[in-house]
Amino acid sequence: MTGKTLYDKLWDTHVVRSDADGTALIYIDRHLVHEVTSPQAFEGLRLAGRKPWRADSILATPDHNVPTTGREQGITDPVARLQVETLDQNCAKFGITEFKMNDLRQGIVHVISPEEGATLPGMTVVCGDSHTSTHGAFGALAHGIGTSEVEHVLATQCLLQKKSKNMRVNVDGKTGAGVTAKDIVLAIIGEIGTAGGTGYAIEFAGEAIRNLSMEGRMTVCNMAIEAGARAGMVAVDDKTIDYVRGRPYAPAGAMWERAVAAWRELHSDADALFDQEVHIDATTIRPQVTWGTSPEMVVPVDGRVPDPQQEPDPVRREGMERALAYMGLEPGMPITAIRPDKVFIGSCTNGRIEDLRAAAEAVRGRKVAAGIKQALVVPGSGLVKRQAEQEGLDRIFIEAGFEWRDPGCSMCLAMNADRLEPGERCASTSNRNFEGRQGQGGRTHLVSPAMAAAAAVTGHFVDVRQMNQE
Amino acid sequence: MEKFSIIDGIVAPLDRANVDTDAIIPKQFLKSIQRTGFGPNLFDEWRYLDSGEPGMDNSNRPLNPDFVLNQPRYQGAQILLARDNFGCGSSREHAPWALLDYGFRVIIAPGFADIFYNNCFKNGILPVVLDAEVVDQLFNEVAAQPGYRLKVDLQAQAVTTPDGTVHPFPVDAFRKHCLLNGLDDIGLTLQHADEIRAYEARRREQAPWLFSDMT
Ligand code: SF4
Repeated sequence: MTGKTLYDKLWDTHVVRSDADGTALIYIDRHLVHEVTSPQAFEGLRLAGRKPWRADSILATPDHNVPTTGREQGITDPVARLQVETLDQNCAKFGITEFKMNDLRQGIVHVISPEEGATLPGMTVVCGDSHTSTHGAFGALAHGIGTSEVEHVLATQCLLQKKSKNMRVNVDGKTGAGVTAKDIVLAIIGEIGTAGGTGYAIEFAGEAIRNLSMEGRMTVCNMAIEAGARAGMVAVDDKTIDYVRGRPYAPAGAMWERAVAAWRELHSDADALFDQEVHIDATTIRPQVTWGTSPEMVVPVDGRVPDPQQEPDPVRREGMERALAYMGLEPGMPITAIRPDKVFIGSCTNGRIEDLRAAAEAVRGRKVAAGIKQALVVPGSGLVKRQAEQEGLDRIFIEAGFEWRDPGCSMCLAMNADRLEPGERCASTSNRNFEGRQGQGGRTHLVSPAMAAAAAVTGHFVDVRQMNQE
Repeated sequence: MEKFSIIDGIVAPLDRANVDTDAIIPKQFLKSIQRTGFGPNLFDEWRYLDSGEPGMDNSNRPLNPDFVLNQPRYQGAQILLARDNFGCGSSREHAPWALLDYGFRVIIAPGFADIFYNNCFKNGILPVVLDAEVVDQLFNEVAAQPGYRLKVDLQAQAVTTPDGTVHPFPVDAFRKHCLLNGLDDIGLTLQHADEIRAYEARRREQAPWLFSDMT
């Protein structure tokens, strides 16, 4: 008998029952809830006279709609306010723990759950949000679900699922200095495409992934969805266990020892078979910048905007032409000639303490360039914000001319006031560069925190590795 | 979810092919925090002469007299007669929510978009597929006879016209069972509640740390 993959192990331990056609009822250990995708689910529950199966499995927080300044005045946008108040009411009514907008622990749901130890290795984690894949960094099975499924999980603690296929993406060898988790995952998406992972659960493996911190692994798993996979994951190792130890909701004492012993098994067996394996040479990865309107439209910073005329496939060529027109870029232009109007450092991809440290490092002693209209730093959570302030990172940013904001999704999706105006160009550490994502007509370039910071202080994209040598 | 057995109701004809979910419920109404209340904005752009925004008092808005649902003879309709590829476009569940909230329990068409078809069953609406010629004939009959009604019997899988003609229709056995018994996915899963509890009990023994209490 062949061994099991990490995904097989997580799946097998969570099947409550399965039907002949392969549909299985999967038990959900942790349910994360935010204000945008939960109101109809709670209303459905109420209309049916049901209540949550396990309120103690749920952690809620408002993140998408909250303002990142002036919170003491409350939320001025009435639609956003109603959504946040509705979340507050639903949580109060059903006895669900919620970190409210002015709680120090509030933040982007995918940042706060690991931070609290609410995400643990071996768990199934769901949220009405596609970037739930983030939590796979802990050797957990985590994916986003729709509103009907949110209600289903609330009512039954289970999800109806069919098993995905297994894919392993091996990032072999060591990355060079200045190459981050974001560059790795953008390079992976550039390689396999935004549909490359469709139908698969992806395990990220290899030396370069093992060398990443937990924050870095979260960045990689966060963007598994951008490669088409609902779930991404990384095997448990000492770093995983060290990260979880001592967090508020993590087990302690004898229970901790038992848990760790179980977590040590959360890796693919040596003889496990994958439906597909991909190998990427880490030594060749350079800092990445997206040039188009899909995360797979990405090149190294020392590259050039590609020429659609060189693309033989007519459908792809047309897609490239449309993207270039939207982005206002010319084929063949060096990436370093692109000048952003705004810079956004934050999101569930890159709003953690390590990201802010990397950005601050690139900013230290420099000023935001004259051509930059706005440079925002939005910490992923209140605790990240406090930590950064204790380390003095806020002063580095503020002295350079950045705005230092309160935690939330902010300009990642522009549901609050933080957004791009039509035609504005942004160096962004978020995960989606779709048309209109950061505001109608806005143009997004996805980059790492260090690369975003470097663009802010130089006024154009620049290889952060060279900037540091200057 | 409400059980479905027999609907004997007024038929409203919507004579267009490829009606998409954005036409059924325009995107500005998705900001709502509710699953109900979309009825007044069903087909909003066709139904009203002004442009609709959430929060408007719909009772004061100018109605488009040419739109079929605004005609007195179709008030109270529970059955929508439609053309091919009804419900195409975005997968928003707000589309069946809006149809249901308006009062429709049955949609008859020669064909439906796949996701919409599934979403109907999840929300207590029966989508009935009949041959294009039959649908054509029904459109003629509705136009000719004010107050035209159809009887739709899910158990018998039959649509009966006022003159007694019976049109059988296909439906998946499992979906039929769910709709007849008012079982949504949640209701079905809860039929296995004992298995879920047994699983939980086992896991609490094996891996108690997974049950760390957030409250
Ligand atoms: S930061 Fe962006 S991607 Fe992450 S949860 Fe918020 S809106 Fe979604």
